[in-house]
Amino acid sequence: MAVIRDVIAAFELFQPATVDDAVRLLDQHGADALVLAGGLDSMDWLKDRLKRPRYVVDLSQIKELRGVRDVVGGLEIGAMTPLTEVVRHPLVKDRFGLLMQAAELVASPQIRNQGTIGGNVSQDTRCWYYRGGWNCYRAGGNTCYADTPTAINREHAIFDADRCVAVSPSDTAPALVALDAQMIIRNSRGERVVPAEEYFVGPGIDITRMNTLRPGDLLTAIRIPATWAGAQFYFEKVRDRQVWDFPLVNIASAIKPDGGNIGSMRLVVGAVSCVPRRLKDVETAVAGKPRNEETAKMAGEMAIQGAQPLRYNGYKLPLMRNLVKRAIRGSEGGSWTS
Amino acid sequence: MEDNKMSEETPQSASRRNFIKGVIAAGAVASSSAYLFRSTTLHGQPSAAGAVERLITLNVNGQDRRIDVMPQDTLAMTLRYKLGLTGTKLGCDRAECGACTVLVDDVPRYSCSVLAHTVRGRKITTIEGLADATTGKLHPVQQGVIDEQGFQCAFCMPGFVMATVGYLKTNPNPTRQELAHGISGNLCRCQDYDKILTAMMRGADNARKG
Repeated sequence: MAVIRDVIAAFELFQPATVDDAVRLLDQHGADALVLAGGLDSMDWLKDRLKRPRYVVDLSQIKELRGVRDVVGGLEIGAMTPLTEVVRHPLVKDRFGLLMQAAELVASPQIRNQGTIGGNVSQDTRCWYYRGGWNCYRAGGNTCYADTPTAINREHAIFDADRCVAVSPSDTAPALVALDAQMIIRNSRGERVVPAEEYFVGPGIDITRMNTLRPGDLLTAIRIPATWAGAQFYFEKVRDRQVWDFPLVNIASAIKPDGGNIGSMRLVVGAVSCVPRRLKDVETAVAGKPRNEETAKMAGEMAIQGAQPLRYNGYKLPLMRNLVKRAIRGSEGGSWTS
Repeated sequence: MEDNKMSEETPQSASRRNFIKGVIAAGAVASSSAYLFRSTTLHGQPSAAGAVERLITLNVNGQDRRIDVMPQDTLAMTLRYKLGLTGTKLGCDRAECGACTVLVDDVPRYSCSVLAHTVRGRKITTIEGLADATTGKLHPVQQGVIDEQGFQCAFCMPGFVMATVGYLKTNPNPTRQELAHGISGNLCRCQDYDKILTAMMRGADNARKG
């Protein structure tokens, strides 16, 4: 028998049936409430008793939050749509194969059956010092335990660390930034639409949050415009084990070809900084260039400029450089899909 | 002689299984009285939209079961310690091993990481619900386990079987590679994967033959 050390502390549970009711509950309870989607991030916090919310608002009964809808050539995906449903949906496959590939590579089959796309993009970082309950900057303290001379920081950031060196763990997030998606957020004052690129926030803006959601906010849907539908996509995720693991580095790119050259491109790398890192300089530099080794090499070198590795994550530099090269010229292992 | 004497004095009736059953029965009595008490004191009071009751109905293996569940109870804890369905194992309790896999509306899920309240009204199938209830005939995948002797210690077996049964509903005729990917969310501490996969392929074969 498993040792029962993971009994969750008591809370009051709400299972609203509509978004309106959920928003009202979140407005009423503010920071005392925890939003529960698939639960694969939340359960760890609750079982470790590192978060002890008074109220939990479970979104599982809200039907309007689930499903993929066709919106003038683009798609609107309900935040509570399980990743498996995203992977299997024919319209996702037809138009945004990039998102399909990214969602397929998340964790394990059971987790994809339960984990939602809204939860996948909104999950907290997996830095084990932070998740282990250490009183670090992100937890409100005044130290980063992952950035000391003896810290084990193999999976941490090589870019834009600001006191905290944690990284964004999501696979779907880089894909959604590459596809120029929009996040639909509701609260008691109404609805706002935030571009995926601005949805994620780094430690320089707010060290205690990974995204723009504030207490009372609810991510209801993700809208992907038709802009990049049917482009040539490349997604690759490198991890220690082929199941369960979060990315060491992942990459998502979309290219619209112009003759034999790159017309325009979106290139986003995950797990190298606190937010999915969009490489705008590289995107500009490769526009109009042929997709060959020379362009790939130039892009790879550009991509890692300014990187500041920690003691144990220097390997992320060549890894990221090579993934960028592959995204431009393709690779033997991974292939282009369109 | 000494050994025999020792074993005679061991109270066989106090097996772990019976102990657990006893605890569950005692809990059921205590919780049902708590419910009666609650229902009288709270009757008629307005409740907030979305507020939940502790007494809920779970559909487990085709039966509606009325049980008293705390809001923070996971499905795995509820199945094992409220309903006595100890075939569902708890390995890591963290969605990292797959031993607790059950089917929710025919889809494999980690029961350690879902609240019992979340799956109210859904169809839950555990390893106990696979065999034919009247004839006792094993599910084809269970038969595959016996045919191939696929497991060593078999602690992970219920999870593997449930994951396979769930996967076969979406792909009844998988290649070995496809099935390996389909049940990649389960770990075996004995590292017996090759034999397990052989047994599960045999199970898929059994299922197709009916």
